[in-house]
Amino acid sequence: MTDQTDSPVRPLSPHIQIYRWQWTMALSIFHRVTGLALVAGTLLLVWWLVAAAAGPEAFAAAQGFIGSFIGSLLLFGWSVAFFYHLCNGIRHLIWDSGKMLELVPAYRSAIAVLLGTGILTLLAWIVGLAAA
Amino acid sequence: MAEFSLPANSRIVGGNSYKAPAGAKNVKTFKIYRFDPDSGRTPRIDNFEIDLDDCGPMVLDALIKIKNEVDATLTFRRSCREGVCGSCAFNIDGTNTLACTKYIAEVKGDVKIYPLPHMPVVKDLVPDLTHAYAQHASIEPWLKSATPAPGRERLQTPEDRAKLDGLWECILCFCCATSCPSYWWNGERYLGPAILLQAYRWIADTRDEATGERLDNLEDPFRLYRCHTIMNCTKTCPKHLNPAKAIAEIKKLMVARR
Repeated sequence: MTDQTDSPVRPLSPHIQIYRWQWTMALSIFHRVTGLALVAGTLLLVWWLVAAAAGPEAFAAAQGFIGSFIGSLLLFGWSVAFFYHLCNGIRHLIWDSGKMLELVPAYRSAIAVLLGTGILTLLAWIVGLAAA
Repeated sequence: MAEFSLPANSRIVGGNSYKAPAGAKNVKTFKIYRFDPDSGRTPRIDNFEIDLDDCGPMVLDALIKIKNEVDATLTFRRSCREGVCGSCAFNIDGTNTLACTKYIAEVKGDVKIYPLPHMPVVKDLVPDLTHAYAQHASIEPWLKSATPAPGRERLQTPEDRAKLDGLWECILCFCCATSCPSYWWNGERYLGPAILLQAYRWIADTRDEATGERLDNLEDPFRLYRCHTIMNCTKTCPKHLNPAKAIAEIKKLMVARR
């Protein structure tokens, strides 16, 4: 290693601050963000289920929150996160088999994941609201 | 844990500006990261206005012109000026590439040039590659064979030789490694795409007999498995190689030998 004891510590070159955002890294970080969102959202659903078991008053409170505008928005976000994480998870499985790792297939599968997320989310809400 | 902001000694402050000569018609501004270790100051960005009518077409031409005619203290590595040595790798216009094969005309607006991202800076555009080279040495990038050397060279079939295509062309410019967010956050222990592609180059070589040993060396949560298939490496490689695929092949071999 270079001896740095008698010289000032070297600065770190800028990284995330200056790197132009790429679709590759954007989808990757979104996979992780949606994974975290799923954990948080699942806690919400667990609260809803536990409330249902706890009794009518607790359930009414939980149902009231989830049915409110904020609650619905959270649920919508959770469904987006769910379908994105699912679609991109399948993309990762394909990658792990060594396929579609060239740039063009990687970009095409990125578009497929985004389209799939949109379509599945809309479909889920249309079916869900029609049933309700 | 990932450290997203720059340490205090690395924050960039404003710098000097150099005007284009009077009468220049085709002016482009080059915003270049500068760091002088002897000044005791933090890094700065200098603005150089360059007359493109009096400059070669490549970003490297502009850098050499600045060093020759404007500021001789501008420090950067360069050698072959034709994309085979890997010296002039910088972050240009937001992505990592070789200054010698990057056309100035490809850049819209000002040309921003930084050293390779998330590396210790020796001076200006020169990063300290000591750690990256040590990581390269750690994968023992040479042919290992127990078979006694034949009288002539070790022969390969054309098919076996073809397995090395897309691997041997790597020039170790480290554009890919320093484009990888995972290498930014875990570069101390994660080998990064450049070194892993090199590792696979020897794993894929049918003349090499140390595949098991090489895989043992990579079987580690950090050295190999910090690759999350982000794919910035393949996106940015100036030689159009595919480190992400090479890493995926290593991961497949890890599973196959269980």
